[in-house]
Amino acid sequence: MFQRISTYLYQRPGLVLWLMLGPPLAYMLVVYLGPLFNLLVNSFYYLEEFTGLIVREFTLRTYAQIFDIANREIILRTTAMAAAVTVVDALIAFPLAYYIAKFASPRLKTWLIIAVTIPLWSSYLVRVYAWKLILAKEGILSWFINLLHLDGALNWLLSFEGIGGSSLALSPIGMFIVFAYIWLPYMIIPIQTALERVPVSLLEASGDLGAKPIQTFRTVILPLAFPGVVAGSIFTFSLTLGDFIVPLTLGNSKFFIGQAVYSYQGTAGNIPLAAAMTMGPVVIMIIYLLVARRLGAFDAL
Amino acid sequence: MPSKSYSGQKASWGLTLAALGGLLFLHVPILIIFLYTLTPDETTYTFPLPGITFKWFGVALQRPDLWRALTLSLRVASVATLIALVLGTLAAAAVYRTRFFGREAISFMLVLPIALPGIVTGIALRSAIGSFDIPFSYWTIIIGHATFCVVVVYNNVLARFRRMQGSQIEASMDLGANSFQTFRYVVFPNIATALLAGGMLAFALSFDEVIVTTFTAGQQTTLPVWIFSQLTRPRDRPVTNVVAMLVMLITFLPIFFAQRISAQGSDIEGGGK
Repeated sequence: MFQRISTYLYQRPGLVLWLMLGPPLAYMLVVYLGPLFNLLVNSFYYLEEFTGLIVREFTLRTYAQIFDIANREIILRTTAMAAAVTVVDALIAFPLAYYIAKFASPRLKTWLIIAVTIPLWSSYLVRVYAWKLILAKEGILSWFINLLHLDGALNWLLSFEGIGGSSLALSPIGMFIVFAYIWLPYMIIPIQTALERVPVSLLEASGDLGAKPIQTFRTVILPLAFPGVVAGSIFTFSLTLGDFIVPLTLGNSKFFIGQAVYSYQGTAGNIPLAAAMTMGPVVIMIIYLLVARRLGAFDAL
Repeated sequence: MPSKSYSGQKASWGLTLAALGGLLFLHVPILIIFLYTLTPDETTYTFPLPGITFKWFGVALQRPDLWRALTLSLRVASVATLIALVLGTLAAAAVYRTRFFGREAISFMLVLPIALPGIVTGIALRSAIGSFDIPFSYWTIIIGHATFCVVVVYNNVLARFRRMQGSQIEASMDLGANSFQTFRYVVFPNIATALLAGGMLAFALSFDEVIVTTFTAGQQTTLPVWIFSQLTRPRDRPVTNVVAMLVMLITFLPIFFAQRISAQGSDIEGGGK
């Protein structure tokens, strides 16, 4: 019986391919790509404000709404945050990635890679929650700042319009710290992978030719690590653009894109506008993935 | 893990310190939660802790809403993992065995749910659920989770296939085994640990997912959804600390072992969330 089925299948590789590919393909088409396409279509509809109904006609007016003053502010604020998070993450990630790639012994390296990868998979929500405790007015960070007698400086920083707030736990500064923390592994891993590909002999050659360590770093290592920084940046940037948990948890009344999208689709029932606003991060990510695939980066992803 | 680039040189002081700082920044915050599970303070996050108590573990155990949320999360994660294992392995086998038109597109399609911000998947599913009037249920959560779990299994299994020698399969067939026997005795033992690693990562991803879940759960509360409601409107601070620690511990072990398995295979599997 099994023998006959086996022989039958062996003679029909096309059928076998469809048997294997069919279920995952059907699942992704129906459950994922279908709704995603539907979302794209929705972004070209618009919400009639008097009736509160969605008008199913092709129009670009929803995209035009993105550039209303209120939304423009939200987009600017979110983009600025994403840019700041990206820069700081690159600065924190680089030394660690460099150390892992070039200085850690093989044994230590295995452990360090695990230490960097675990936060990537582990509960994102719990990691945000941890900062709710840390940043609280009466919490550990304030205690530490008081200990160093820097509370005056903190209050001065919090008094700034735009980045400040009543406490770290309810201010853009706090959000910035949390975003930098949450997305840091996404920056470390690509940089480390890029540095890993730089052969030691190249660094030795640079040294032999008379370059000081700092020169080797600036003219050899940094340029070669740059693609890794770019790859990591795309993650930190796009993830910050689309997130709504951190702004909802630590933000104030000043909205970020994720939060705006969340409320447009929820209480406001404005799916077209919510859809249109998500398309920015979507387009960024798709372009990135296409470029990454061209470069053969997919096999490692 | 063999390393080609290890130079054996010592890192400078500054670099070591900066690397250590980065590492601490990644891991210390979680320990703070563990510390706070012991606080007797119910209304604030005062530090230093005003005392030490173990009573919140008992209180959390007595909460039926938490047990319901935990059970729901475990059920969802198990079924989503199972679906991901089947679909991910099938897709990996198809891509490995045969060169077909659009083969590259499969990887691309599978990685999308994990690469795009969760809110996109969430809203897309929510509006699809809405337009077909599908009632929210435990299945709507599972279906959403499976979309981003498949790629994890797929990546792990495909990487393993690529390292497996095709000649083993040919030898098995030449020696008279049929396809099922070959799968059972040759292919499966080869990919078993990859399935385990992929399955554990998928489980961890699903167990603590909150963004897609908020859109597909309706009125149901998974453990992460419960925590999220406490983040915006804190009512049970000490119990939340205990739950947060529990989620961390439940996801830590599978992730850790999956990483160990992958590290032994000396290839980097998984990656972007």
